[in-house]
Amino acid sequence: MGYKIIVLAKQVPDTRNVGKDAMNADGTVNRAALPAIFNPEDLNALELALSIKDKFEGTVVKILTMGPPRASEIIREGLFRGADGGYLLTDRAFAGADTLATSYALATAIRKIGGYDLIVSGRQAIDGDTAQVGPQVAEKLGLPQITYSEEVLSLDGDHIVVRRHIDGGIEVVEGRLPLLLTVNNSAAPCRPRNAKLVQKYKYAKSKSETDEAGGRYAGFTAGRDYLTITEWGVADVDGDTAQCGLSGSPTKVKKVENIIFQAKESRSMTGSDEDIESLIVELINNHTIG
Amino acid sequence: MANFYLDTPELRHYLHHPLMRRIVELKERNFKDKDTYDYAPFDFEDAMDSYERVLQIIGEICADTIAQNAEGVDHEGPVCKDGRVTYAPGTKANLDAVTKAGLMGVAMPRRYGGLNFPNVPYMMAADMVSRADAGFENLWGLQDCAETLYEFGNEDQRMRYIPRICRGETMSMDLTEPDAGSDLQSVMLKATYDEQNGCWRLNGVKRFITNGDSDIHLVLARSEEGTKDGRGLSMFIYDKRDGGVNVRRIENKMGIKGSPTCELVFKNAKAELCGDRKLGLIKYVMALMNGARLGIAAQSVGVSQAAYNEAIAYAKDRRQFGKAIIEFPAVYEILSLMKAKLDASRSLLYETTRFVDMYKALDDIAKERKLTPEERQEQKRYSKLADSFTPLAKGLGSEFANQNAYDCIQIHGGSGFMKDYACERIYRDARITSIYEGTTQLQVVAAIRYVTTGAYLAQIREYEASDVDESLRSLKDRLALLTGKYAEAVAHVTDAKDQELHDICARKLVEMAGYIIMAHLLLQDATVSPDMFRDSAFVFTRYVEGEVEKNYSYVMGITSEDLAHYRK
Repeated sequence: MGYKIIVLAKQVPDTRNVGKDAMNADGTVNRAALPAIFNPEDLNALELALSIKDKFEGTVVKILTMGPPRASEIIREGLFRGADGGYLLTDRAFAGADTLATSYALATAIRKIGGYDLIVSGRQAIDGDTAQVGPQVAEKLGLPQITYSEEVLSLDGDHIVVRRHIDGGIEVVEGRLPLLLTVNNSAAPCRPRNAKLVQKYKYAKSKSETDEAGGRYAGFTAGRDYLTITEWGVADVDGDTAQCGLSGSPTKVKKVENIIFQAKESRSMTGSDEDIESLIVELINNHTIG
Repeated sequence: MANFYLDTPELRHYLHHPLMRRIVELKERNFKDKDTYDYAPFDFEDAMDSYERVLQIIGEICADTIAQNAEGVDHEGPVCKDGRVTYAPGTKANLDAVTKAGLMGVAMPRRYGGLNFPNVPYMMAADMVSRADAGFENLWGLQDCAETLYEFGNEDQRMRYIPRICRGETMSMDLTEPDAGSDLQSVMLKATYDEQNGCWRLNGVKRFITNGDSDIHLVLARSEEGTKDGRGLSMFIYDKRDGGVNVRRIENKMGIKGSPTCELVFKNAKAELCGDRKLGLIKYVMALMNGARLGIAAQSVGVSQAAYNEAIAYAKDRRQFGKAIIEFPAVYEILSLMKAKLDASRSLLYETTRFVDMYKALDDIAKERKLTPEERQEQKRYSKLADSFTPLAKGLGSEFANQNAYDCIQIHGGSGFMKDYACERIYRDARITSIYEGTTQLQVVAAIRYVTTGAYLAQIREYEASDVDESLRSLKDRLALLTGKYAEAVAHVTDAKDQELHDICARKLVEMAGYIIMAHLLLQDATVSPDMFRDSAFVFTRYVEGEVEKNYSYVMGITSEDLAHYRK
């Protein structure tokens, strides 16, 4: 039997390689200077979903993302790697959302999609690092949740066994579907984009993108429903505007400070052979010694 | 994220050559697949866009996976136990990545599960994979054998085998034997027909077989008892699922260590005939080798690129006498020549690949319908060009790869002699490129006829007739003088009517032709993309002047009487 899986994914600025112009003078992120990417742990989540699809015929994996219209790039990226479709939540009313308003919006969309067995998301996004959205979505939907998931050890009917990566070790837990998993970066990395899928889905577009393209590919896309990325606004998911976006966000930023690291980077290590050896290897590799 | 396609804009320049329009048109047959396959292009621009996107996938896998695993694979290598080969862990990860990315069967038609890509983007992938890890290119590049299955196998065989390759099963071509290396006519592996079971049986030993424990083998064997030459050889398909072939040992090699080179023992192995009896060597293996030679030309370019990248990075980083060593003329002169040789061999590679694409696409159309007289003419022209350019691209490209690997170590100085830098692996990996799939000496044997028939000269004249940018005209004039010297040297050797003298001078003449051709190609490249190629066009022309003069004076000075001093 197949499962219906929804992967929550977020388009984030690539904060892993920040240059000098990564921050604006007012302390906010200069999004224009940072490439927009698929949040890394959401890719681990996608792989986890796709590996279930590999094992269980008939499994359907859909991506759900909330963001500006260009966040449909994330859905295409998911399609290129093996997802079956996607939903883009985009609306001015969603803008400025904190984790509470975000999870509200995602939960309403998931209810609208319905019929799911598993919701999978990355542990946290590299722009906010809150790790709150996954758990809040589970709470709002009344679902059990397994956080810090690393691998699905078994899945049989509605019975799932998952290995969690926790501080100082691992934990194996069981659960009953439907449930929500958040996935750690120690889980299997996502498979590459696939040459055939890239060619199949490269013209997959949301409604706003189709409108913008002015029907250039209309003749080609007609009759190919898989090229339509579902696009929903607040009204489409029967959302309460008051709970969305800025108005639904109790979080207020009091102050933003620019921190300049004064001390040199320091690291502590033990006197074990392993630590000493890894230090030697590192120093040889960066040509400090040798 | 690093990407070998995006960081080498030269590839994009070659992908967008004007001849691609015709190649894609022929390869896609008026885009008829678009209604049958959801991943088929609907027009030329769409096809080109797909090539770009797929090359970006490969570029990313090369940078993030294959290149990262190269050192570990070089150290660990494959293991042979109980007749089976296990790849190094890095090799397995590489194969897993390229398979999941759908990069097996790149050039195969869609009806067998392939991508139906022309050779140009396919060779670009080979170029990048080789830059990441030359040894891995051998495993991935052996999907070339599917082309031979496609061309010469029957439809039943194609349907049974090619989809498996597209799904990630690997191949090998089992040609060489202990006493049959360059001289494949001496192959002894015996094929006998088993009347009782209605199949062929193979018995004997193969040696130096790259990826010899592959899933699907193409085997050259002697099917005609009592024969001694190439006319008694046929080609067979052996499926590992049937059993009967074991790996006796794997070689301990200087380079490309990740690619297992196997000694195979065939014991009554069940096999099926591919194509017609007796055409194994004279037709099928020749076609297979031509494809493989193009692959080695791409591998050579990739290795050259790796060598250049390592060298320039080190030269910028390493400081001596208070400045980066790249600022010393003696160092930047080497680097500029490395880049020029790299660009020249790459330009020749893709020119050759376009010729191959043109005639192969027309050949394929000819399987379905009669070609028009114009198409037949076109097919003939490009087929001849491909045959004449392939040994140049392989022979000269692999020599340049070796020279660049040598210079890469030189730039590193003493550090380059240590095992700490990638350059020593590149140096060892480069060495095989001028040996396998026909040594440089054998490429010269293949190429020399086009020197004497004037085919190269005619092509050079075509390049001379094409327009180049105003600023490059003086270079073109200088090349015209060199072409005069080349023609003079050829006449000198042919007029001597001495076969031995002719053989001794062959390499010099082939080099002269090849270098002049490469220089012309760089002028064309520099006309289209001046920022990318102008320096190389200049540096390479200057280099060619020196080389052509050198070969000219060698050839013009040698006489039949001198040969006695050379004989051993």
